[in-house]
Amino acid sequence: MSNVLVIAEMHEGQVRKSTHSAITFARNVGGTFSILVMGQGAKAAAAELTGYGAQKVLACDDAYLANPVCERFAPTIAEVAKGGFDVIAVTASSFGKDVAPRVAAKLGAGYAPDISGVTAEGDKLVFRRPVFAGNAYGTCVVDTPVKVVSVRQSEFTAAEPSGGSSPVEDVALAAKDPAAERVEFVSLEAAKSDRPDLGEARVIVSGGRALKEQFAEVLDPLANLLGAAVGATRAACDAGFAPAELQVGQTGRVVAPQLYFAIGISGAIQHLAGMKGSKTIVAINKDPDAPIFQVADYGLVADLFTVVPELVEELKKATA
Amino acid sequence: MKILVPLKRVADPDNANKVKVNAGKIDTTGLEWKPNPFDEYAVETALRLTENGANPKARLGEVVVVTFGPKEAESTLRGALATGADRAIRIDATDEQLDGDVVARALKALVEKEKPDLVLGGKQAVDGDSNQVGQLLAEYLGWPQATFAGTIRSEDDKALVVGREVDGGTINLRVTLPAVVTVDLRIVAPTSVASKHSPAHKYAEGVRFAALMAIMAAKKKPLVEMKLEELVSDAALKISYTGFELPPARKAGIKVTSVPELVEKLKSEAKAL
Repeated sequence: MSNVLVIAEMHEGQVRKSTHSAITFARNVGGTFSILVMGQGAKAAAAELTGYGAQKVLACDDAYLANPVCERFAPTIAEVAKGGFDVIAVTASSFGKDVAPRVAAKLGAGYAPDISGVTAEGDKLVFRRPVFAGNAYGTCVVDTPVKVVSVRQSEFTAAEPSGGSSPVEDVALAAKDPAAERVEFVSLEAAKSDRPDLGEARVIVSGGRALKEQFAEVLDPLANLLGAAVGATRAACDAGFAPAELQVGQTGRVVAPQLYFAIGISGAIQHLAGMKGSKTIVAINKDPDAPIFQVADYGLVADLFTVVPELVEELKKATA
Repeated sequence: MKILVPLKRVADPDNANKVKVNAGKIDTTGLEWKPNPFDEYAVETALRLTENGANPKARLGEVVVVTFGPKEAESTLRGALATGADRAIRIDATDEQLDGDVVARALKALVEKEKPDLVLGGKQAVDGDSNQVGQLLAEYLGWPQATFAGTIRSEDDKALVVGREVDGGTINLRVTLPAVVTVDLRIVAPTSVASKHSPAHKYAEGVRFAALMAIMAAKKKPLVEMKLEELVSDAALKISYTGFELPPARKAGIKVTSVPELVEKLKSEAKAL
């Protein structure tokens, strides 16, 4: 029986929704789990997580952890992990991917990155993970007693509360890492947006380079109408038509919304890797041979500058 | 500044959809070997950081490239030497001997020999998509790390201010050298890398290409071979793959001919609205 330690991620005093994917992973493993919440205000944030069936919710509340500098987090995660946990799980956000290998190295543990599934086979946990931009899946086992994993948010549905009330316990900060003294947090330039996060949106409206300078002008009305997040291809980001944090793909955000609009997107392998898990995909492109049509449920060969405004009008009628 | 850049060759990432699985193993037959794009960006970044604006012929520091692999992997190193790296090391190993952890431990031993000020790598190799070696190495060395770098500004080659591309924005960190930095896509934009001794001109977008003369000259640059055992005494792997399979195919979609038809399908067929 496994005992999983879930590492929660905080942002502005609250637990990030992405944490709930790691909780789902812990439930799927079976056995027991606890959750470690770290950051400034972690004690208050821990209260958000008491209804998910954890044995304990551990809170390390310290101003030292106010900003996501992984050298500050790794020592305490490793120290807590030594208290009887055999699987350490974090969602594969930019925070999770940054800190998880450091924790694994501290513990001498093997690390399975960005996993999309877990099954227990006898006393072994078998992990499934995408490789080659999602063009193949590998199954792997971690051969060390303690295992560290990061969990792909789009593949583990966010956990819902299951009732009960886990006790909250304080955890002290572990001895500081000398490496942490050589890294200074300068600033966070946060993208300001009223839209849902790409990882949590039910609908995503994504655009490619074809939108040019009219990227926002064309996509915003559609996104606003549907309450959607906006995504972009690497080409659109590189060309400066959309900010970098909107990039969907192998090396950007990996998403799986209910509905994904690919507008003016040809469908490069690297982009498909980030969105082909979406439930319903709509592609609008004037090139009938664009590879995006091979993964789209509904394809419309047309000039996007004409049909996207038309789509907005038609949707207004349909949802009125 | 002395910079060590680990490089990996990968099966042509632009044709990753042609990867096959045979008897539970990945088969990349027919796909050309290419340098991992993020590692190429790391080489470009290292070259920019050691550029001497006052005298373009005299690099300010040294760029050493290293790869793990069989003899054939040397062509990846020669490619980096041709674009300007100073020397190369190949650590002889087969894929079966390696996982991210062994690579990180071997690199740790190499860093202790070579004593670079900076290890600069790609944020992930686009075959295994693991995104781990830089972080593991930093921890094994006890060095700070800055992953997913979109910008780097050198402060007198003593510290780097790194703009990290994270979910929802950019985090700026100042790391004191020596450190490990892994680079993201936009590090090769024209003004992403800067130091006091940068040339006055802006860089072209992307990585530099080697001139024919440089390709010839690269054949004479030093390239040494080391054995994996020279660097790691315990070569046990921590992760083992038991099989591979292709992803389930998406069922074929349809083409619609008009916007009203699309909306109708989304509403009544996909029930997505």
